[in-house]
Amino acid sequence: MYKYSDFDEAFVRQRNAQFRQQVERRVSGALTEEEFRPLRLMNGLYLQLHAYMLRVAIPYGTLSSAQMRQLALIAERWDKGYGHFTTRQNIQFNWPKLTDVPDMLDALGDVGMHAIQTSGNTIRNVTADHFAGAAADEIEDPRPTAELIRQWSTDHPEFQFLPRKFKIGVTGSPNDRAVTRSHDIGLRIVRGSGGRTGYEVLVGGGLGRTPMVAQVIRPFLKKADLLPYLEAIVSTYNLMGRRDNKYKARIKITVFENGMEKFRDAVDARFEQVKREFTGVDPAILAKIEHSFAPPAFRSAPGGGYETARKADPVFRAWTETNLVEHRAPGHAIVTVSLKAHGATPGDASAAQMRLLADLADKYSHGELRISHEQNVVLPHVHKSDLWALHAALKTQGLATANIGLVSDIIACPGMDYCALATARSIPIAQGIATHFKAIGLEEEIGALKIKISGCINACGHHHVGHIGILGLDRAGVENYQITLGGDHTENLTLGERAGPGFAYDEVVPAIERLLRAYLALRDDKAETFLEAYRRLGAEPFKAALYPAEAARDAA
Amino acid sequence: MSRAFTPKVVTANALIEGDVVYLTADDRWTRDHAEAELIEDEAHAQLRLLRADRQRDIVVGAYLADARQGAGGPEPVHFREAFRTRGPSNYPHGKQEAGHV
Ligand code: SF4
Repeated sequence: MYKYSDFDEAFVRQRNAQFRQQVERRVSGALTEEEFRPLRLMNGLYLQLHAYMLRVAIPYGTLSSAQMRQLALIAERWDKGYGHFTTRQNIQFNWPKLTDVPDMLDALGDVGMHAIQTSGNTIRNVTADHFAGAAADEIEDPRPTAELIRQWSTDHPEFQFLPRKFKIGVTGSPNDRAVTRSHDIGLRIVRGSGGRTGYEVLVGGGLGRTPMVAQVIRPFLKKADLLPYLEAIVSTYNLMGRRDNKYKARIKITVFENGMEKFRDAVDARFEQVKREFTGVDPAILAKIEHSFAPPAFRSAPGGGYETARKADPVFRAWTETNLVEHRAPGHAIVTVSLKAHGATPGDASAAQMRLLADLADKYSHGELRISHEQNVVLPHVHKSDLWALHAALKTQGLATANIGLVSDIIACPGMDYCALATARSIPIAQGIATHFKAIGLEEEIGALKIKISGCINACGHHHVGHIGILGLDRAGVENYQITLGGDHTENLTLGERAGPGFAYDEVVPAIERLLRAYLALRDDKAETFLEAYRRLGAEPFKAALYPAEAARDAA
Repeated sequence: MSRAFTPKVVTANALIEGDVVYLTADDRWTRDHAEAELIEDEAHAQLRLLRADRQRDIVVGAYLADARQGAGGPEPVHFREAFRTRGPSNYPHGKQEAGHV
């Protein structure tokens, strides 16, 4: 697995030492909050509703077992015994004390992790397909690309004060699990003519206040041109992007206001310039990066009772049906471990759960773990003969929930239970939906469904691209929830449409139940998913289910 | 005539722990909303906020939040402020854990 270079290590240690002094000066009163705030944000430390929050980057969602163990230790020693995995493949600690943060950062540094560029108007943690390096449908592992971008963008002298934050996502598979079209820059590894791989480059995507689907700026970019081309995009944006209005500062607005053609021309002109000056990535570094993502030595062994166990144990069988994805190595599976036990907080893992996951990664998954943007943990390389034992072990810490891709596998941002920007809560809405559908026993019947919940317009919970999206708002001092329908987070990224007026907090779960009962009544057969039925029938019958009084009036 | 002034409390987060605090009439910072000074006058509110702002080695981000008189002392008006008096709804953490509510 990839290990930080000496340069990284020295840089992170130095930054931590600086931050320790800055905290001391803040506590002594030598620094005002106005002076200290940008410094703490540069180190991932936010002040939220009830406490500070430390956001730690998990580059491209890849964690080693040692790193996961360290996260458990940090959660236990300096937080309240848990961590929250986010839609940006970060982990957030919700309760650190200001004076403990330098020690937490040092502990992260011990395992090659940090919180740098998890805030501010910089290039943020690079995200990637959580099945990278394992998926059967993958053209190429996106992580060497993501790592190259990480190295290029970390502490990049020109890009520390961009007009706004900047997010890059990479996928190596045609089936986009990294939501690349919602990123400022999305990269899709594609095969060009002659079979060589390169990138389709997308630009100007984003959710939030003004959601937009990224458009192709370059259908095929040679791999060797990646960094100069990214440099050209980001520096063009740095010049053209608006700094007068925070809400118009993202690159999506720059592209939209100038038009793709003009923006592309400007990028191309800049690219010619950058390319001339670009001395190239040191091939030794590139080789080292690629080598470190080489697949582990997969075992070639018989299935070892896997099918027998499936037949014998219905609970195990149900789990294999929802939580496994095809692996590219014969005899293996990708396991998604659900952090969405019914009633649990989506994305939260206790220290004990993290330790168990680390141990199981060592035992069954070549020491590797992934964090998905859907707030679950992935054990990427498990041999099928180990699945039964793995499942049994997961049960001991409440980690064997068989619900991946179902109604209770909900993305929910922290919302007003933690986030200072929130306009309403999201977590209890997710908990309410999950427990309700389990109680009425419809989860399996409903099948594949993506519900995504955000606690404000910033859309960290990706509500625009949920099959059902829920957005929490403050309407005249009361929590109110807007429902969108028909969103799609895949390579066919689609923004959901607002169904109508919002619902009060207590009305959300019943509204979702009416909606899904309508779907069950309307679908052709069990094979037709909610999204497919919505696309076939249009919004009307679903709106009628959400707003029965209005529908009755219209019919009268 | 100007609109009636909605009573306020001065609230902030503690510098070290980050938890929610309120300014009392006798210039202490309390964790308990009911102990806060309920400010019924706009000019006085600004003065109290200035006082809070100067305590930069104790608190962060002081602001005025709407409040009203309740049976046991000042109560929050908006749900955000109500959450701030308790803590999150998914775990008994924060103030509810410390026994302030
Ligand atoms: S969507 Fe809003 S409430 Fe949710 S985490 Fe993002 S900023 Fe906070």
